[in-house]
Amino acid sequence: MNNGHDTHTHIVPIKVYLLVYVALLVLLVATVGAAYLPGHHTLLNNIIALTIAVVKAVLVVLYFMHVRYSTRLTWLWASAGFFWLLIMFILTLGDYFTRHWVPVQGWE
Amino acid sequence: MSVAVAKPGEVKHNYLNAGDTVRSWLLTTDHKRIAVLYLVSVTLFFAVGGLLALLIRLELLTPQGDLMTSETYNRVFTMHGVVMIFLFLIPAIPAVLGNFLVPLMIGARDLAFPRLNLASWYVYMAGGLIATWAMVNGGVDTGWTFYPPYSSSYSTSQVTLTIVGAFLVGFSSIFTGINFIVTIHKMRAPGLTWFRLPLFIWAHYATSVIIVLGTPVVAITLLLVAVERVFRLGIFDPALGGDPILFQHLFWFYSHPAVYIMILPAMGVISEVIACFSRKRVFGYHFVAFSSVAIAVVGFLVWGHHMFTTGQSVYAGMVFSLLSFLVAVPSAVKVFNWTATMYKGTIEFRAPMLYVMGFLGLFVIGGLTGLFLASLATDIHLQDTYFVVAHFHYIMVGGTIFGYLAGLHFWWPKMTGRMYPEGIAKLAALIIFAGFNLTFFPQFVLGYLGMPRRYHWYPEEWQMLHVMSSAGAALLGIGYILPIFYLLWSLRNGAIAGPNPWGATGLEWKTDSPPITHNFEETPIVTEEPYAYENHHQHEEVASGTGASTAEA
Repeated sequence: MNNGHDTHTHIVPIKVYLLVYVALLVLLVATVGAAYLPGHHTLLNNIIALTIAVVKAVLVVLYFMHVRYSTRLTWLWASAGFFWLLIMFILTLGDYFTRHWVPVQGWE
Repeated sequence: MSVAVAKPGEVKHNYLNAGDTVRSWLLTTDHKRIAVLYLVSVTLFFAVGGLLALLIRLELLTPQGDLMTSETYNRVFTMHGVVMIFLFLIPAIPAVLGNFLVPLMIGARDLAFPRLNLASWYVYMAGGLIATWAMVNGGVDTGWTFYPPYSSSYSTSQVTLTIVGAFLVGFSSIFTGINFIVTIHKMRAPGLTWFRLPLFIWAHYATSVIIVLGTPVVAITLLLVAVERVFRLGIFDPALGGDPILFQHLFWFYSHPAVYIMILPAMGVISEVIACFSRKRVFGYHFVAFSSVAIAVVGFLVWGHHMFTTGQSVYAGMVFSLLSFLVAVPSAVKVFNWTATMYKGTIEFRAPMLYVMGFLGLFVIGGLTGLFLASLATDIHLQDTYFVVAHFHYIMVGGTIFGYLAGLHFWWPKMTGRMYPEGIAKLAALIIFAGFNLTFFPQFVLGYLGMPRRYHWYPEEWQMLHVMSSAGAALLGIGYILPIFYLLWSLRNGAIAGPNPWGATGLEWKTDSPPITHNFEETPIVTEEPYAYENHHQHEEVASGTGASTAEA
């Protein structure tokens, strides 16, 4: 039932790897370019940089780490990693974004 | 995989006599031998941590800091925490009992990645020895939590070295977690569906999820502290433009779930032992199984309760407080189901069962005092007092160590082929229970009265409580030493156990004790539900009249 051996191995053409590599370089340039946009160090700038970073990470995970050609179980675990990262970001930022809110009267 | 049949009088082949050279042990890929290597290592580190604990309690006998200086005291309690948490509690049950039992329980010949398993032990030893080396070369004085900016900018102790040690031990933990996940997914015996898995396996699966998703975060966080310390990059130190509370978020994102890494495997042990010594199917099997997964997930949402008084937003505090209360639900599900399992069971008070009974009471006290600390208002008073110390010792010692000792006694016949001496084992269990309560219950009172943790000077009116606590620690020390002696004694002199001395269900009891190197003569085929004690007639049964329904796979 479960012999633990996946007989199916997917061969990825070199062309795909090269295309992904080029895409990563383009995104790298985009990240650097975004840093020179007017009003940098703003929230928008951070969002752009983080979005590009997530896209790059997804490309690496899908193609270089072969998740795109893997079983649904592998997909599940890869997604779980991202989901947990999201938990960490959301709850941590939940602290940062509300730290300067005016406390209710009598809380201080 | 056929094994030669032993002639009468001939010693049967098993994993222990498969090779007796040091090389055969140090280069083994057999999960059972690696478990034994871990058993020896964690016991040594436990002894180191225990001696440091006794030093702390000796110091606290008197109100004045007259045994050691403040600086030395800081180093002693820090190393006690580092050694006990990173080198004992986290690896104890998964790396010893988990390594030994996960393949046996699912009918596999070994773990999915045997060499990764051996690598995990070497990485663990490297990390442990580096941390120990740091300890004897000046020690570290930051507390086991390594809070910056003190740890990254001001401490003159061996912070970087200790962090490197903890970093390595974290990766050893990740190796084990990955191994368990892949093994449980891919290597189950024919017929062993997810809902026929022993609850020990469910618990270890949930633990592995936490390990794989959480440990990398703390490893990188500690590395960032080392980077800030060495290269003066402003990450956590406000003087350099960093944020110390960011460290606490990243640190507790793992280190709170780490508590569940310690307690979930113990809960798996408890399920097995309670079912066996109550001769009953575990009540609400599915709920107990899913509560392990629920604890693993919800455990990641509560870390902010460590930070109520550190400058975290009060709004975030409210959310974390609410979520912390939620994690009590799956924990309570387990406790209720265990007690329901015992109801109308044929209960046998063997030594493992005594530890389990201890676990139940202590875990409930530990858990309920956690609610005091998860409440925003009470935590303002109780934060960083001995109340916290008592609370987490009730969970970590009363939970994890009791679970570990229960499991060690329960599967000792399987691991060694010998029975431990029952009478002295029961005595040790009672001494540990009494010593534990005498040590830590007074600390709840001390904390409520306002005694801060990590101090070694205190007002004279608290001395009586501290003396009680120190007396308990001495008793606890005796209780821990006893099993080391009688378990070693049983290796040569214990009664021959046979494959299934307890009449327990489960695949691990269907092979020899000690098991052969490849675990099973032929791959077992599972046809019955877990804990089908009503089908086992090794022990006299009492009709319960409850007619436990079979769980559909």
